[in-house]
Amino acid sequence: MLGFGILSGLLILPLVGAAFILTLRGDSEATRSNARWAALATTLATFVLSLVAWGRFDTATASFQLVESHAWLTETIRYKLGVDGFSMPLILLTTFLMPFCILASWESIGHRVKEYYVAFLVLETTMIGVFCALDLVLFYLFFEAGLIPMFLIIGIWGGKRRIYASFKFFLYTLLGSVLMLLAIMAMYWQAGTTDIPTLLAFKFPYNLQIWLWLAFFASFAVKMPMWPVHTWLPDAHVEAPTAGSVILAGVLLKMGGYGFIRVSLPMFPDASVYFSALVFALSIIAIVYTSLVALMQEDIKKLIAYSSVAHMGFVTMGLFSMNEQGIQGAMFTMISHGLVSGALFLGVGVIYDRMHTREIKAYGGLVNRMPMYAVVFMILTMANVALPGTSGFIGEFLTLMGAFRSNTWVAFFAATGVILSAAYALWLYRRVVYGELDKPALQTITDLNRREMIIFAPLILLIIYYGVQPGPILDAFAVPTDQLLKGVQAALSTVKTAALTAH
Amino acid sequence: MNPVLTIPAFGPVLPEIILAAGALVLVLFGAIRGERSGEGMNIIALALLAVAFVAVLMLPGERVETMNGSFVIDGFAKFMKSLTLVASAGGVILSMDYMRREGISRFEYPILIVLSTLGMLMVISANDLIALYLGLELLSLSSYVIAAFDRDNVRSTEAGLKYFVLGSLSSGMLLYGASLVYGFTGNVSFPAIAGVLQGQVGIGAVIGIVFVAAGIAFKISAVPFHMWTPDVYEGSPTPVTAFFAAAPKMAGMAMATRVFIDAFPNIVGQWQQIIVFISIASMALGSFAAIGQRNLKRLMAYSSIGNVGYALIGLAAGTVEGIQGVVVYMAIYLAMTLGAFAVILGLRRGKVMFENIEDLSGLARTHPVLAFCLAMMMFSLAGIPPLAGFFAKFAVFNAAINANLVALAIIGVVTSVIGAYYYLRIVKVMYFDEPAAAYDTMPAGVKLVLALSSIFVVLFGIVPAPLVAAAGAAARSLF
Repeated sequence: MLGFGILSGLLILPLVGAAFILTLRGDSEATRSNARWAALATTLATFVLSLVAWGRFDTATASFQLVESHAWLTETIRYKLGVDGFSMPLILLTTFLMPFCILASWESIGHRVKEYYVAFLVLETTMIGVFCALDLVLFYLFFEAGLIPMFLIIGIWGGKRRIYASFKFFLYTLLGSVLMLLAIMAMYWQAGTTDIPTLLAFKFPYNLQIWLWLAFFASFAVKMPMWPVHTWLPDAHVEAPTAGSVILAGVLLKMGGYGFIRVSLPMFPDASVYFSALVFALSIIAIVYTSLVALMQEDIKKLIAYSSVAHMGFVTMGLFSMNEQGIQGAMFTMISHGLVSGALFLGVGVIYDRMHTREIKAYGGLVNRMPMYAVVFMILTMANVALPGTSGFIGEFLTLMGAFRSNTWVAFFAATGVILSAAYALWLYRRVVYGELDKPALQTITDLNRREMIIFAPLILLIIYYGVQPGPILDAFAVPTDQLLKGVQAALSTVKTAALTAH
Repeated sequence: MNPVLTIPAFGPVLPEIILAAGALVLVLFGAIRGERSGEGMNIIALALLAVAFVAVLMLPGERVETMNGSFVIDGFAKFMKSLTLVASAGGVILSMDYMRREGISRFEYPILIVLSTLGMLMVISANDLIALYLGLELLSLSSYVIAAFDRDNVRSTEAGLKYFVLGSLSSGMLLYGASLVYGFTGNVSFPAIAGVLQGQVGIGAVIGIVFVAAGIAFKISAVPFHMWTPDVYEGSPTPVTAFFAAAPKMAGMAMATRVFIDAFPNIVGQWQQIIVFISIASMALGSFAAIGQRNLKRLMAYSSIGNVGYALIGLAAGTVEGIQGVVVYMAIYLAMTLGAFAVILGLRRGKVMFENIEDLSGLARTHPVLAFCLAMMMFSLAGIPPLAGFFAKFAVFNAAINANLVALAIIGVVTSVIGAYYYLRIVKVMYFDEPAAAYDTMPAGVKLVLALSSIFVVLFGIVPAPLVAAAGAAARSLF
């Protein structure tokens, strides 16, 4: 059809659903119900379509697949889409999580229902767009465009301090991103194009690489988020509605990591080697410091938010260890964290919908009234702690191994984070689920209903499946990782030779 | 040698002739019919602008000089004239219902708009300092009067007076600068000045250039000559403000571009620093000063100051890409401004117009479409993709990076983030706050302007190439 392929379909489908919901008139219960079902149908159709794309995807090649290219801004700045082994799993993660977000909002969103689902569907388009854009300007466009729906989601349907949180989220991320825009322009004038495959083969001069790397780092580090620019995340997470937190933790945070792996590492290998010590330092601080901060949180969502920052520390550490285990581990951690933290936020949403508070103090002894919930939350907590047998373990183990090969001390300090994460997660579980059920408000709390079970079942199955069978995902990463490492290894060996001759 | 009387080619001046003759007909019509002339005058004025627009489109594409070289037509002039005519037409459409409701619908208004537009077209095509000044005065004098058009209103008359006093001062400066440039180069014609001013330039000519720049900066309300803008924007009747924010800006930026690129192309180093400074100061002031504003019209005034700063980035680059950026920026700015003012004009309950930010409270629930359009305008003004404003900023920043003005570009993007704060505040008031009472239905003309500009702003990102390519062609015609 006019040369538009399956990836364009993935971008357009949610927009079609959003447009359909916009045409619904009135605000009666019937309209709301129609909006919900339309959103669910759209996200499911998008998921199915992404599975079709996955079916046509060949994991044996490192080149971009399902490519489509059309003239857009100029002859050299094109509307170009395509996927490789790094982006395809992230697209699947996005389309997979979206139906759960819609389901999780089924009852908890009571006002301005139509607008809510429209915002979510538009957000889905921008997220998929980030992962399949093969032109840096298009990448930036989707990267930034997601701010608008997320700003509205936090600001309209958020908690008490939603306005502060939405402004902080928007301005923080925007400030980081605009420098990336300037870097993209500098790359355009240097290489004459913003086409990602061409830029991957282009060799930027060393000095320019340093500046470009820093500009991209400003953006990705905020999005990631890395210490010390992570402070927007706890605020945004706490105030966002449940589904907003799920998407924020599950997908939006992955854009930073994806950016590193798509742009920073392969296009600026020398600069990445040069700055790897900095990234290691920031990652370790993130892992240890935010884990300690998580220990002291009174708010369940905030605790999980800080734990997300710590997990993202593992991702950056793995990426910049620049070896096979590190990079594959980082990618795996991103996928796994998308499932686990998404599910954790959904888990918090379950009790928040019932009690309307996220204070840890307000809970305790839930196991007495909610045995099913206790089991679900237990599995998720274990996955967050990275217990072997859950997907969390594979990613964390691989990143630590990668770091160990690159720098033993980094691995040493990062490993303490594993202990700390066990401490805060188990303590949280202890305070919320175990103990006496002595709070009067909790006496009548009900266990998971069918809708909630439907939400958790596939997530938990996947978390355990990928814990014992990580092969399918790792295979997808394997070939592009090799390709990526070829460029980076060259940079690494130059540095090593230089160091040797200097001694 | 006998001076031979030759009749200049009138073809390239056709749009101006149409407007001039039409304005005279309108004066006659109005004088005969008096206060009974009514709506018909607006319609005729619109028709005149439309005919002039067609005439502009039919002009030859290549560079043509006429009137002894004082008038020039090229791709750039064509493009900017089209924008100006669209802006003026938008101004007329926005004002029709407003003027009638406020009881200030007089036949002079459309005439003044047409005359002002005539001045703008002349400015855009001016190829020497005298023609430039003539066009500028026609433009300014008409503007002073329409600023004070609500003559029984103290704020409006004050706005007109302020505009007049400060405007005269700036005209004086421009004239003084022009005389210095003439004195030191012996020429008034831009190409001839360009021929003389090369290499090392004397201090006198530089002072002249500075004065010319000051005069131009006033007309486009760039810092430090912006002081009149907030007061005039706030005091003038709202549709007049919309007109001021749109049409004269197009002509002003075109004038700035033509003067610096055509008359001083060989001494870029001398004026680039002036433009860089003006640009940075405008962006910074536009972002910071707007934060504290409560009045929407004042806010839009600071927003327009900031936007001029961004457009000037393109001029500072002084390259084809830079001018292309200016043209793209102004075209997109035009749509955003008209759209934003259309929403402000929609805030009416009975006889009362509302123009404070808190009056937008909860607009998303009382008027979802209106709120959505204004939110898109605001996000676009903040430069968030995929809206049109992003492509405008992209064009100018891209040119700045290409011209190695990295510091300027960095300051620009940082101020755009600061500016995003106050645009977001408007979205916040509309979407996050509790709703106030509903407003009256918008008049059809305002609806039309809002619909067209919203469609442009939202959907521009899908097919940006035609405008960008046309702007590129326009920019190349200057070099």
